[in-house]
Amino acid sequence: MNGAAWTPALAAVVRRDLLLAARRKSDALVTLGFFVIVASLFPLGIGPEPELLKRVAPGVLWVAALLATLLALPRLFAADHEDGTLEQAALAPVPLTLLAIGKVLAHWLVTGLPLAVVAPLLALQYGLPADAIGVLVVSLLLGTPVLSLIGAIGAALTLGTRGGAVLLALLVLPLYVPALVFGAGAVDARLAGLSPAANLSLLGACLALAAAAAPWACAAAIRIALE
Amino acid sequence: MNWGSAAEFFAMGGYGFYVWGSFAVTAACLLAEPLLVRARQRRALEQVRAGTGGDAGRHAGGHETAA
Amino acid sequence: MSLYHYASPQHFYPLAGRMVPWFAWLAAVSAALGLWIGFFVAPTDAQQGEAYRIIFVHVPASWLSMFLYLVMAGWAGLGLVLNTRLSSMMAQALAPTGALFAFLSLWSGALWGRPTWGTYWVWDARLTSELVLFFLYLGYMALNAAIEDPRRADKASGLLALVGVVNVPIIYFSVQWWNTLHQGASVSLTRAPSMAAAMLAGMLAMAFAFWMYSFAVSLARVRAIILEREAHLDWARDLRGVKR
Repeated sequence: MNGAAWTPALAAVVRRDLLLAARRKSDALVTLGFFVIVASLFPLGIGPEPELLKRVAPGVLWVAALLATLLALPRLFAADHEDGTLEQAALAPVPLTLLAIGKVLAHWLVTGLPLAVVAPLLALQYGLPADAIGVLVVSLLLGTPVLSLIGAIGAALTLGTRGGAVLLALLVLPLYVPALVFGAGAVDARLAGLSPAANLSLLGACLALAAAAAPWACAAAIRIALE
Repeated sequence: MNWGSAAEFFAMGGYGFYVWGSFAVTAACLLAEPLLVRARQRRALEQVRAGTGGDAGRHAGGHETAA
Repeated sequence: MSLYHYASPQHFYPLAGRMVPWFAWLAAVSAALGLWIGFFVAPTDAQQGEAYRIIFVHVPASWLSMFLYLVMAGWAGLGLVLNTRLSSMMAQALAPTGALFAFLSLWSGALWGRPTWGTYWVWDARLTSELVLFFLYLGYMALNAAIEDPRRADKASGLLALVGVVNVPIIYFSVQWWNTLHQGASVSLTRAPSMAAAMLAGMLAMAFAFWMYSFAVSLARVRAIILEREAHLDWARDLRGVKR
């Protein structure tokens, strides 16, 4: 099979995963619900003072998005692993990296993208001004794919292990630090009246690096898990 | 020499708690770790003796020669 | 005798056993030297008083924690690429020691921060990166422990170590960035006192001591790991320590 067959293969993987997600619905809703709940809990914990909330909003919202993404990760490959689809995919003439890209893309469409869409509503709860909200959305649009890509590596590495989701979190959270720093930092910069360009470009660089390297690492991890 | 007396040495200019807190914990860890490794080594030897280690520990008994 | 001879766990086992005492002695001697310099030769610091002496464990511990992570990732990568199990075993032998040094770096850093900056924890760029490094070590060890099959564990944790090692510079850079942007709240802990020659000598001696110590402990640990994994083989059963 030559390279020309890859695009339809990729599309097939994405479509299949989106179909499965649409039937179950739980993934998208659980992730969103968690995001909203966590973001709503913080003010209850730290007090409703508007100035304080505005200051912590970028970090809190970003951490909430990060944790919500973590929630859906264990299921990324687990179902396919259990019913043997993953093994079949490894044997297919299409490179495994393609499968990885496809699944991550579908995962992001179902869990990451909605976070970026819903974030403005939560940002309003924290009293963020409109321009900061705009930066928040952009940072999440750039950042959540990074989280999905890196998280996929963790999901593949922990396939079938004891400790599952918690182990996945332990593995992946340190690797999330740059995305968190640059993402929340961008919004912070805007709040301080500075340009978020630097932070956003660095976040974009993280995305480029992750998009280039993560699918490969993910495929390697899947192969290790299939042995 | 920096210290007029042993008392001065232990006081560390008032920072004794911090300085000795660091050095003591470091020393304790660097002494404990080799002991733990030695215990692990002993347990491993026990496993070899009892025939419960390596592949035998994971599947049922039996032994093999190195490949 | 070619180097490949020692790539077999069976042959490396006795070699490692012979090396451990040498490294242990080197560690003890250089530690004695370093401590002597650190306490009796190096002068008091003008700004920080005697508290700065923590530098003689804090900085060497940090250096070793980072260095060992690189070495661990190197062995893990080698094991992944060449499919040699001894390389992976060596990586696993290094992890706990590296994690320990990361912990000691954090602990001594906290105790250094209290008298000098007023709080036990400062979100200094290096301390924060050190904390993340500590988590990376823990993740590696946790993944290793979570996978039953040793060969699969070798490869999975090996891949994780490689992913981690690529990320460490990025993480460090991002934390530095974050720290400089939020300056005011924290000042760098390791902006060390202007380094008198004696201070530097003491630090280097202690660093060397920790390094020799790491050799000794990880070689001893890899012996235990080898035994644990190869216990069913004849050569293990024929060891002198086994037969009663």
